[in-house]
Amino acid sequence: MTFLRQSLAIAAKDLRSEMRTKEALNASLAFAVVIFLLFSFAFDPANLNIDVNDYAGGLLWLAFAFAGALSLNRSFARELQNDCLDALVASPAAPGVLFLGKALANFALLLAVEIVSLAVFSVMYDVRLRAQLGWIIMVILLTTWAITVIGTAFSALTVNLRMRELMLPILTYPFLIPALLAAILLTADLFAGKPISAANAIWLRVLVAFDVIFSLLAVVFIDIVLVG
Amino acid sequence: MNALDVEGVWKYYGDFPALREINIQVAAGSTVALLGRNGAGKTTLLRILAGLSKPTKGKVRVQGEDARQESTRRRIGVLGHGISLYDELSAIENLLLFARLYGVPNPVKRADEMLERTGLDRVRDGLVREFSRGMRQRLAVARVFLHAPDLLLLDEPFTALDDRAIAVLHALLEETHQRGGTVVMSTHQLREALELATHVALIQRGQIAFAGERRQEMLVDTGWLYRTYGEN
Repeated sequence: MTFLRQSLAIAAKDLRSEMRTKEALNASLAFAVVIFLLFSFAFDPANLNIDVNDYAGGLLWLAFAFAGALSLNRSFARELQNDCLDALVASPAAPGVLFLGKALANFALLLAVEIVSLAVFSVMYDVRLRAQLGWIIMVILLTTWAITVIGTAFSALTVNLRMRELMLPILTYPFLIPALLAAILLTADLFAGKPISAANAIWLRVLVAFDVIFSLLAVVFIDIVLVG
Repeated sequence: MNALDVEGVWKYYGDFPALREINIQVAAGSTVALLGRNGAGKTTLLRILAGLSKPTKGKVRVQGEDARQESTRRRIGVLGHGISLYDELSAIENLLLFARLYGVPNPVKRADEMLERTGLDRVRDGLVREFSRGMRQRLAVARVFLHAPDLLLLDEPFTALDDRAIAVLHALLEETHQRGGTVVMSTHQLREALELATHVALIQRGQIAFAGERRQEMLVDTGWLYRTYGEN
């Protein structure tokens, strides 16, 4: 219970700070919307004889992953101001608490960005969200957690690097390939109106396994990242 | 049992030995002034004692336990170079966060108590980013003493403090001393430190050049220690 209570205290602190500055939130949201807008010029379904649902999944998750990097970069960098990270590491809260708290705050922020930009996306690209809404929400939650876990872990790892804004995406995206691949394939099927079935359930299992494995690894090994 | 046992601690940054075979025992209830020139290794040693960095070799025990254990960290208060406060949070929100992390019983009451002690109760709900430098420093002092730590590790605690903050810090250090707490502080302000210290440790190029009780000569002539045990 203490672990969860302390994690929620860290998450609440991060969310409160972000709500007062809106630095990461505004940047991520603006980025995602601009990407959707630019791609709508590149892939005009009226001129190219293509079904928008075929590429919508890929476009959606690329935009979410890139937008996520913007907010995840701030996650541990926020702690450098006034040497706050030292105070957190010196506190009795386990390093896993710091990680989970930050991951929960990042998850909430990224989810907020995704909900708003998904609404914009569905209007711009005329995708069918309602047909498989429950499964779409499930895929979004699982993939967002995957992006959050990997991004938060690497945000801690790169926090003291001078080029951390560059290093975070370079390190994060290769690790995210299995989760993003699963999310893209599942989302494409769901936008096309196909439910989760025996044919594509493997990708849902990949997402679940990815989330569980990397969440556990991050909580266990974050101490090495933060203290050395 | 000693409050602090440092046995054969080495710390390398790459090939550079920042600390070399440090051995110190600090008895409970003592106040140690950690002295030394810039780059001598004071901050590195304090960071290891606080569990913020791991020694390359050697052991650190706080009241007989590993410095990184949760129960040990609950008894330590650390004041580093930064104030370790969040600019976007209010004074009370900052203190409540740390009170919750340290498991302080009745956190709101204790946080309010510390704000009153440090003269910040009037700006309880003000954002730290709007505070003056002196107010930020007093709030940092409130944060360190919030959980009534048994061991205080202070890195240059008097640097850039205003008169009021120095008075608050003195009073809180005195209270800690009276209830049997231990203080280890690094400083360049010899007069301030030697007046408070019961013991002195001089670090030179990562090694202990002198460790022992504070002597009368040190108070009379603050340069005596450096001339006798230090480099020219």
